[in-house]
Amino acid sequence: MIQARIARRFPAGPDSAGFALEVEFQAAVGVTVLFGPSGAGKTLTLDSIAGFVKPDAGRILLDDDILFDGASGVNLPPRRRNCGYVFQNYALFPHMTLRANLMFAADRLPRLERHRRVNEVLERFQLKDVAGRRPHEVSGGEQQRCSIARALIGKPKLLLLDEPARGLDAPLRENLYQVLRQVRSEFNLPILLVTHDLDECFALADEMLVLREGRIVQSGPPRKVLDQPANVDVARLLGITNLFRAEIAALDPGRKTSRLRVRDFELAGPYYPGRLKGDQVWVCARAEELRAAPHNGSRPGPNQVPARLLRASERAQAVRLEFADEISVDIPRELYDRGKDNKDWLVEFPPQALKVL
Amino acid sequence: MQIDWFPLWLSLRVAALSTVFSLALGLWLAYFLANRNFLGKELLDAFATLPLVLPPTVLGYYLLVVLGRESALGRVYEAIFGHPLVFTWQAAVVAATIHAFPLLVKTARAALESVDRVYEKAARNLGASDWRVFWRVTLPLARRSIFAAAVLAFARSLGDFGATLMVAGNIPHQTQTAAVAIYDAVESGNTMLARVLVLIISAGAMLIVYVANRLEHRQVSG
Repeated sequence: MIQARIARRFPAGPDSAGFALEVEFQAAVGVTVLFGPSGAGKTLTLDSIAGFVKPDAGRILLDDDILFDGASGVNLPPRRRNCGYVFQNYALFPHMTLRANLMFAADRLPRLERHRRVNEVLERFQLKDVAGRRPHEVSGGEQQRCSIARALIGKPKLLLLDEPARGLDAPLRENLYQVLRQVRSEFNLPILLVTHDLDECFALADEMLVLREGRIVQSGPPRKVLDQPANVDVARLLGITNLFRAEIAALDPGRKTSRLRVRDFELAGPYYPGRLKGDQVWVCARAEELRAAPHNGSRPGPNQVPARLLRASERAQAVRLEFADEISVDIPRELYDRGKDNKDWLVEFPPQALKVL
Repeated sequence: MQIDWFPLWLSLRVAALSTVFSLALGLWLAYFLANRNFLGKELLDAFATLPLVLPPTVLGYYLLVVLGRESALGRVYEAIFGHPLVFTWQAAVVAATIHAFPLLVKTARAALESVDRVYEKAARNLGASDWRVFWRVTLPLARRSIFAAAVLAFARSLGDFGATLMVAGNIPHQTQTAAVAIYDAVESGNTMLARVLVLIISAGAMLIVYVANRLEHRQVSG
């Protein structure tokens, strides 16, 4: 269990805006993802825990060990913190073989145990055959596994990963996720992973912390965060593209429905507990939750709104249609191919997709 | 005509020893300049660079003041070794070291600073002490540049004239290095000896610079 309260200020300079990190969280065994845009303070948080950055104030506890305490002046050097750290681009020592990299890390183990432990780890991470090679002589996947193995060999109480998948192609990324899932199930320790990739977050996280401008704006299991973003900013960070100002025109707890007035149209939605008629709210929906079809002149059905297509962009799984008034919808490719030449479409907002913030 | 090879051998010996000393001194200083932040750091860097820009005679004069028989250091040396330091070949080593080590500090500092910090971070994270980080990670990663710097320092020690002349003098078969011997040969009209020594020194220097450049440019990784 890691418990951290970290405050660190960087005053504004002549050519840099000031920045203040102020986070407080705890992470139990399992994967906790620090999610946020670049410059949110994610890496700074990791570096504070690992001891590379000294916070101005706060307290960092790893199990029963105090790593840092601003009040009493405790500040353990990085080498005594017992946190495994997997760096961006791995930082394997280029002048050492993979085995030597692991031996370097095994130095804090008792002398007799070192060789056995290195061999055991080489075996477990399938590095046995390439143990005698240097990092630039092995594949990206092997470098990846070696850096994770190196971080774990000294039996740390916490594993930190700084954007481990950055710049990797899709197959390598998938491999990494598998290795990390294996680590999660075989090693009994908290794992903190920094990323700005939402898919990665969903692939790995038990818990996520959303960081923005040096603060944690929301935390919880990823599914829950995505279903109920705490505010518009979080919704934007999560890639929710449809965000509209709206007024709650009616609420019916009996039938569990509501009516929302968005600009010049009305939508039916689910019942929103804790809201009152007349509330000004944000309505949000993910692009893949909406539906769209070419408008052939028929009367729009319930929750259907005519919209003008501005742009269509191909994606791996679907085609994203961008309409006027900042509506975007993902539709299957076949559907798009059929209505390609149409400019006028009907966008349907399924009531259950509409969340209010 | 009989050529006296002693000055050449003495020069090689002096240069080799002074390279070792400047390597030790230069690395130590470069480490602090590259890794620590302290008050007057750039001042210290400037001070260490001074021998590179001062006239060698000025350097020699300072050395005479610091190491002469009347000075504290000179007396300590005399008490230990039984003879004064000045006007011995050991004094030539000191002069050559002072002459050469600024070059080493400059290049070693740049070499140490050019090592990607992430490797040092990784090493510290893996439980290594500063000492271990330096010897096992930073230095090996910078070794080519540092070796190139040592080669250049060797060449520079080989070429010292002014400071050597002032603290070690020009005693044939005792303190007369090649650079001093060339001056001596020209003064006494022994042009043949001067030519031979000049050619050998030039060829040697050429070779050394070539080697240093090759080392520097092959600096890729590992």
